[in-house]
Amino acid sequence: MSPTAKKSLNPLLPRDRMKVPRQPMPEQPAEERAHNFTEVNLGYSPELARQEALRCLECAKPTCTDSCPVGVKVKEFVELIVVGDFLGAAAKIREDNVLPAITGRVCPQEDHCEGKCLLSKKVKPLGIGYLERFVADYEQRMGTHIVPNVPPTGKKVAVVGSGPSGLTVAGDLIQKGHKVRVFEALHELGGVLVYGIPEFRLPKQIIREQLDYMREMGVEFETDVVVGRTVTIDELMGQEGYDAVFIGTGAGLPQFMNIPGEHFNGVYSANEFLTRINLMKAYKFPVYDEPMLDLHGKDVAVIGGGNTALDAIRSALRLGARKAYVIYRRSEAEMPARIEEVHHAQQEGIEFHMLTAPVEFLSDGKGWLQAARCVRMELGEPDSSGRRRPVPIPGSEFDMPLSVAVIAIGTSANPIVQSTTPGLGTNKRGYIQASEETQRTTRKGVFAGGDIVTGSATVILAMGAGRRAAKSIHEYLTAGQW
Amino acid sequence: MFKIIHAQFIAPGIKRFVLEAPRIARRQKPGQFVILRIYEEGERIPITIENSDPARGTISIVVQSAGKTTNLLNTLNTGDSILDVVGPLGKPSEIQTFGTVVVVGGGVGTAMAYPTAAALKRAGNRVISIVGARNKELVILEPEMRAVSDALIITTDDGSYADKGFVTDKLRQLIENGTRIDLVLAVGPIVMMKAVAEMTRKENIRTMVSLNPIMIDGTGMCGGCRVLIDGKSEFACVDGPEFDAHKVNFEVLVRRNAMYREAEQRSMAEFQRLLEAKHTGQKVEQSCAAARGAER
Repeated sequence: MSPTAKKSLNPLLPRDRMKVPRQPMPEQPAEERAHNFTEVNLGYSPELARQEALRCLECAKPTCTDSCPVGVKVKEFVELIVVGDFLGAAAKIREDNVLPAITGRVCPQEDHCEGKCLLSKKVKPLGIGYLERFVADYEQRMGTHIVPNVPPTGKKVAVVGSGPSGLTVAGDLIQKGHKVRVFEALHELGGVLVYGIPEFRLPKQIIREQLDYMREMGVEFETDVVVGRTVTIDELMGQEGYDAVFIGTGAGLPQFMNIPGEHFNGVYSANEFLTRINLMKAYKFPVYDEPMLDLHGKDVAVIGGGNTALDAIRSALRLGARKAYVIYRRSEAEMPARIEEVHHAQQEGIEFHMLTAPVEFLSDGKGWLQAARCVRMELGEPDSSGRRRPVPIPGSEFDMPLSVAVIAIGTSANPIVQSTTPGLGTNKRGYIQASEETQRTTRKGVFAGGDIVTGSATVILAMGAGRRAAKSIHEYLTAGQW
Repeated sequence: MFKIIHAQFIAPGIKRFVLEAPRIARRQKPGQFVILRIYEEGERIPITIENSDPARGTISIVVQSAGKTTNLLNTLNTGDSILDVVGPLGKPSEIQTFGTVVVVGGGVGTAMAYPTAAALKRAGNRVISIVGARNKELVILEPEMRAVSDALIITTDDGSYADKGFVTDKLRQLIENGTRIDLVLAVGPIVMMKAVAEMTRKENIRTMVSLNPIMIDGTGMCGGCRVLIDGKSEFACVDGPEFDAHKVNFEVLVRRNAMYREAEQRSMAEFQRLLEAKHTGQKVEQSCAAARGAER
């Protein structure tokens, strides 16, 4: 930074900025939205956005940017909102983040930018996520994407998986002039953004718009390709002539609890439950052919405390569930879900059963789920995750009547790419080994990032890995040295 | 879009499709399958690959009309397209020189067993094939199976062709005659595979079955296709589809496959109503495009 700090465009004095209250996000009323799949948050108006932007303290050392996995220049884009240059603000974000309309909606800001915001020491943090969403949506409405014109380098990069990490790599590398082709296993692009995150939190239209923008920039997409099966990494780098490959295949196989009764009809993995709803549109059966169990008047529980668990149970509620429970073995303080999602779920009438864990599923005698036998837990000594370990309370068993149970306790590594790519190193849990700094794998020219390296994490962390990978792929393609 | 190069009924309600799918054709191995989706609102269903021609870039599949999707698929013709075809999925069949292998194909399962039978024959095994069908018209791939088998035994449930009876009767005869059997591969209806498994379990004959649970993505992501193998959940799409028959919990498979029966019946009824209402007098094969349009 220059020694003579430039004059702020914010008309308020820092002490007055703290007096402006955080502008609340307009929402669909809870009782209404609990019955539809329309987005919960409605977005800021330009007035609300400007008002919120005024609160930024413009710190000399912006901890918000430092704590952002992709390094969005928060202070600078917020200042552009203050003066009303919303398109400039969007372009400023795009320098570091190719998917702002998505991160503005699903990023756990409390763990990154807003969690580190200086305002939060005294008052509520700056609504950085809300502002990001506002400018991204504004830019989309105006339809004025700036498509960068860069000379082609003649290098070809294959991106495996069209989720957050893959799209980030593609978006960054196309802007460097490399030819980029993204391979997707499913019939629709977006990875977890389309099969995992429901419409009421991230409308599919938003993803389609981001994809259209990437196509405009020249990114090519091919669906229905399971890399490792339909084509191997060796074939991509051999006969298909790719100079580098990025593997971003995402969170893998759903984990089950290995308790009796898990195979009864009515027990789903969260991935299956959400895939049927989000990707296959089973809730529009019979217009769409994919079926799912009718949840009207049924009691449904999700087991787990992450964003996936909340997405599943809030979907169940919208599909007519009579009772919708979250069963979590730790307490609310340990829940990994975004705070906003927990609040939204509570407002909608989801019941939280904390410090509770199923030990067995019970059937009606014909193989259909009827109840979950649960045990109460108490928190003991901290475990390897640093959180206090839940310990079952003897004799506390009780049966919770249920027609549908959704298991959302995490995933393990999908082995398809690893097992078909000789020389690609994996760790003992089966995830791909990649340098934290460069995302390089043990195979020359092959990079990896996102959940297939770290295990289940968040959209923004996957995008951060994508960002680092794109930088190091560009360096590799430019220097030609591994 | 995946173009249908050739489509032809090979038995009542059973149709063979040759599809343009060069990537899949290059990689396909016996025992693997594809997942397909016919149109935008369609479901994803797994279908075993019968054969592939890497030089021409084509694969063939054999489809038996059962529910809405397979019925709709079987109205498609040469020149039509399928929106999505992804594969080859699943682990290939284990091909080794085992000695004598009995390949049991029930109904349309014969088409799925065929590529593995051929590969086993090429690997130097003595292949005895037992093919069963409900009646004469439903016996499929007889010349193909004969070409890759040292012996081909055919049964029909009603005795309208070859021997009356079930494939398990013939398998029992082989065992009782003292034929040394090193491996049995059974592909067909679940009841048939279960009956084969029970018979060979007593004789300690290694037996593989190809399972057909409900699937969505086919890459291990959703876990919908989980089957209970030796008391543990495994995913048919990535751990299978072939499993040791003696470790399979067939009851769970039957039950889980019936999970959406009501919805499936409703889908099918509406599909039939549509066909009848909109296209009276037309051949089903000609009505596909219109039917798809009218459904939206």
